[in-house]
Amino acid sequence: MAAKTLTIDGKQVSAEEGATILEVATDAGIKLPTLCHLDGVYDVGACRLCLVEVAGIGKLLPACTTKISEGMDVKTDSERLRKYRRMTLELLFAERNHVCAVCVANGHCELQTLAYSQGMDHVRYDYSTPKWSVDATHRLFGMDHNRCILCARCVRVCWHIEGAGTKNVSGRGAKATIISDLNQPWGDSETCTACGKCVMSCPTGALFYQGSTVSEMERDRTKLEFIVNAREKKQWLP
Amino acid sequence: MKLRVATVWLGGCSGCHMSFLDLDEFLIELAGKIDLVYSPIMDVKEYPKNVDVCLIEGAVCNEDNLEILHTIRERTKVLVSFGDCAVTGNVPAIRNQLGLSNDENVLQRAYIENAQDNSSLPKAEGILPLLLKRVVPVHEAVYVEYFLPGCPPPAGRIKALMVQVLGGQTPKLEGTQLKFG
Repeated sequence: MAAKTLTIDGKQVSAEEGATILEVATDAGIKLPTLCHLDGVYDVGACRLCLVEVAGIGKLLPACTTKISEGMDVKTDSERLRKYRRMTLELLFAERNHVCAVCVANGHCELQTLAYSQGMDHVRYDYSTPKWSVDATHRLFGMDHNRCILCARCVRVCWHIEGAGTKNVSGRGAKATIISDLNQPWGDSETCTACGKCVMSCPTGALFYQGSTVSEMERDRTKLEFIVNAREKKQWLP
Repeated sequence: MKLRVATVWLGGCSGCHMSFLDLDEFLIELAGKIDLVYSPIMDVKEYPKNVDVCLIEGAVCNEDNLEILHTIRERTKVLVSFGDCAVTGNVPAIRNQLGLSNDENVLQRAYIENAQDNSSLPKAEGILPLLLKRVVPVHEAVYVEYFLPGCPPPAGRIKALMVQVLGGQTPKLEGTQLKFG
């Protein structure tokens, strides 16, 4: 494949055609904030945290789904980007009920970590405090919709690594929700193989192991990447 | 001149004040630099005038909280939202999920549905403050200068902020010092 040359934060880099800005930036040692991105599954550009500026294009583009092109001039950090990232994080916190103090993922949550690393000291928007349920019908796992940010990582790992297709997104906008099968209790799902990949992929406390309490949910993301590498590249060592 | 400092306890568990007491020997240093003029750990009935800094623990849950908050804003130069309940609403704000008349629903749930004996709603006009329709973080009720998140904020984080305030700087917390929860 042809190589493309581009500039990221003033740094000249070259990469193969078809690579995304996020992949190239990561290889170049530039760290972008991400939330819906997960190593091992394809990107969807859902969370808008990896937005970057590309010279000549007025709107901001998600680094995870934008392919590189020859001569591209990318900026991953600016006053404007920081402003939008913080706004996005605040809106995520305002949309559902993320009460960090009583969350299974407290201390191991990607949303929480991003919030403080982006300097979010409070949320300027009114909290919408919607009423969402907790599905604790599965014998091994639970789903707390209050803490879901709709990144759809669980849906992607369920369909494309496990191949079970249990998890889906139903509805639109703020009312969108993660469902099991045909929107039935998770415990009644006939397709769920109880593999736990969705739990492993969740960035917040939305998916958890039954019985876990505050701060107990730790996850090992590298396991998902390991499975994908083993399958696709026949690399069996982590 | 010593800074006139106050701390106040609204709808919270007092954990932030416990964490404040965890400042240990720094409290002695602090005592030399500030005048504590109002606090739940001292016996002063009325919020005084001309306060320099007030640390506010807890969310705004009832009419008393709201009233004193307006007094505080009027009489204080710098307000600090002290801990997650003040900053986000946190656990006290969970009742907001019960809908628009959650102030009634939450009492119903606690004092009627879950009561074993003598189920009745607590009512004492002029003594028990009425619950607000919605629990809100402090900055939704009055303007707040600085935010000190954490449940509770660890003593080191409180110290970091106090040192900056005492030094006359604009307090700036960064990274893990801004962690919620």
